[in-house]
Amino acid sequence: MNFSSSIIQVLVGSLSVLLLGGYLVGRFFRKDADATLFLPGPTTHGHYQIEMQCAACHEPWGGVRESSCTDCHGAALTAADDSHPQAKFTDPRNADRLTVIAADRCMTCHVEHRPEITHAMGVIQPQDFCHQCHAQIADERPSHKGMSFSTCSSVGCHNYHDNTALYEDFLVKHATDPVNLLVALLPELSSKTPKEKPADRATATALVARGKDVDTKIAAEWSASAHAKAAVNCTACHGEGTAWNDHPGMESCAECHQHENLGFREGLHGMRLAQNLSPMQPALARLPMQPDAAHRSLNCVSCHGPHEVDTRRAAVESCLQCHSDGHSLAYKNSRHHQLWLSELAGESPAGSGVSCATCHMPREQHGSADSLAVRVQHNQSLTLRPVEKMARGVCIRCHGLGFTLDALADPALGRNNFDGIPGRHIESIDMALGRRKSAKTR
Amino acid sequence: MNKSTLILCIAATSTLLAASLSSCGGKAEESGISPQQMADALHAVMESDRTVYTRQVVNRLQNEEKIIKASEHWKDDKALPLPAQMFRMGAEMVAEKKKGFTYALLSEWPINKQNAPKTDVEKDGLAHIVKNVGQNYYAEENLGGKKYFTAVYPDVAIAAACVKCHNGHEDSPRTDFVEGDVMGGVVIRIPLSSN
Repeated sequence: MNFSSSIIQVLVGSLSVLLLGGYLVGRFFRKDADATLFLPGPTTHGHYQIEMQCAACHEPWGGVRESSCTDCHGAALTAADDSHPQAKFTDPRNADRLTVIAADRCMTCHVEHRPEITHAMGVIQPQDFCHQCHAQIADERPSHKGMSFSTCSSVGCHNYHDNTALYEDFLVKHATDPVNLLVALLPELSSKTPKEKPADRATATALVARGKDVDTKIAAEWSASAHAKAAVNCTACHGEGTAWNDHPGMESCAECHQHENLGFREGLHGMRLAQNLSPMQPALARLPMQPDAAHRSLNCVSCHGPHEVDTRRAAVESCLQCHSDGHSLAYKNSRHHQLWLSELAGESPAGSGVSCATCHMPREQHGSADSLAVRVQHNQSLTLRPVEKMARGVCIRCHGLGFTLDALADPALGRNNFDGIPGRHIESIDMALGRRKSAKTR
Repeated sequence: MNKSTLILCIAATSTLLAASLSSCGGKAEESGISPQQMADALHAVMESDRTVYTRQVVNRLQNEEKIIKASEHWKDDKALPLPAQMFRMGAEMVAEKKKGFTYALLSEWPINKQNAPKTDVEKDGLAHIVKNVGQNYYAEENLGGKKYFTAVYPDVAIAAACVKCHNGHEDSPRTDFVEGDVMGGVVIRIPLSSN
C-alpha cells in the first residue's frame, strides 16, 4: 500500500463517518416518522404521542434527562403531596436502601421502550418493591399479616406517590358515608373577568345591523353567548383591521383562558402541542375512535364552539364525536347520563348531572377564601391512572368513599360506565376502623 | 552593645518572631470551621426556629388562645402543621437544595417507624442523648461509601402540645412522656469526603 492510497482511505473513511454522523443527528432532531430509526421499542400509553420528539426526554448523546420527568410531572406530584419524594431518599441514612432500589431517581422505576418488563403505571421494578423497605409492616399492623406483596397497591389500599384519598384518618373520617351523598352538586363555575376593558358589546351587533362582512348566523349566535355577556367582541379574538384572522388559533383563546390552556397541554389531548408537534388526531390514538373523526385535529374549537350559546356540548357530545371505546359508548345507557339529561331538561338543579367532563375534566377550586375561583381542569389525564386518583377530586363529591373505592376497583363497572353495584369490596376502611377500635380498647 | 548582648537580642527577636508566626498559624486554624462547629451552628438555628414555632405559634394559638388547631393533616383540616412536620418539611426543602448536609428528626419511639434509628451511629447517638441528659453525641460514620461527621442532639418536649400529641397518637410506641423529656434526636450529617 502506498502513501497516497492510505491518505485516500483515511479521507473517505472520515468523510463517511461525518456524513453518517450528520445524517443520524439530522434524523434525531426530526419530529416525524424519520425519528423511528432511534425508537428502541414501543412507548407506553403515557408517552407514545410524543415518542417522535426524542429530545423531549433524551440528550442527543447522553441518555435521558432526569429533569425531563419532573418538567411534566413535577407539579402534579407536588400537588398530590408525593409520599415518596426524592428528598426522602437523598438522606445518606438511606444509602443502603438505594443499593437495592435507587428510589432517588424516577428512572429506576419508570423506563420507556421496554414493554416486555413494564407493568401498570409504566413501572419496571419487580412487583415486590414495597416489600424492600416495608417488610416489617405486619409488626405494627397485624391486619397486614400474610398479605402478598402484590396487594399493596391494589385499588383503594396504597399508591406509591398519591395517597391523598387513602390515608388512614381520611378513611376513618369517611367511613360512615352513604352510597349517595344527600347533596351531590358540583360547585358553580366562576365567570371570567376580561383582563382589559373590551370593545363595546354593541359593536358586533351594530356590524350585523349595518350588513358588514359578518355572518349573520354567527353574529346572532355570538350575541347570546357567554363571550357576548362578558363583552368579548369579534375583534378580541379575530383581530382588527388588516390583522383580521378568520380562524384565530389557540393562542387567541389562551389570552383569557390560560389555566384551561395549560391543563390542556399537560394532558393526552394537548401534550403533542406542548412538545411542538402537530396537534393530536384520533387517527394517532391507541384507544378506539370514531372512523369519521380520524383526521380531526385537537384544539380548543374541536370541543368548544366559540360562538355557541350552549357550552355544555363540550361536556358530552364533543367527547363522543371521537371516542368510541366501550366505556364511552356505554355512557348513554348509564344512570350518570340520566342525571345529565335531567339537568339539561331543567328538571334537576345545575351541577347535579354527570357528564363525561364531570369525571374527566373536574371542576377545581383555586385561590384563597376571599377570591375562590372554580375552574375546569382541562388535563383530562390527571386523574386517570391509577384509577383511585379519581376518588378524591371527583367521585366523593357525590358518593361515599367506601362505595367509591369498591366501584373503582371493579373493572366491569369501568367498562359499563359505572352503571351498577360494585362486585368487589376493598377492606381498607374496615381495617382502619378495626385498628381504631383496638387502639381504644388497649 | 557587646557581642553577647547582640546575640541575645537576635535570639530574643527570633523567638518573638517565631512565636508570633506560630500564633498566626494558630489563629488561622481557629478561624476555620470544624464540622462539629458547623453542625452545632446549624442545630442552634434549627432548634431556635422550632422552639419559636412550637411555643409562639402552635402552643399559643392552639392550647392557650384556642384560635386554630394544629393537625397532622393540616391541609385537609385547614390547620397549622405540627412542629415536627414543619421541621421535616424544612429538612426536605434543604435536601432539594443540595447544600451538602442533611438533617433528620429521629426517635427511639417514632410515630412513623421509618424514623426509628437505623445506622449504628444513630442507635448509639439516640441512646446516649436519652441516657445523658443535656449532652450531644458526635461520631464519624461511613454510609454508601462516603464518610460523614454525624451529630445527634436531644429533642426535648418543650411544650404541652408535644407531650399531648405523642402520648395520644395511636401509632406512638410510648405514651408516658412528660414536658422536659428527651423524645428523640436531631441528626445532622456533614460529608467529610467528596467521593
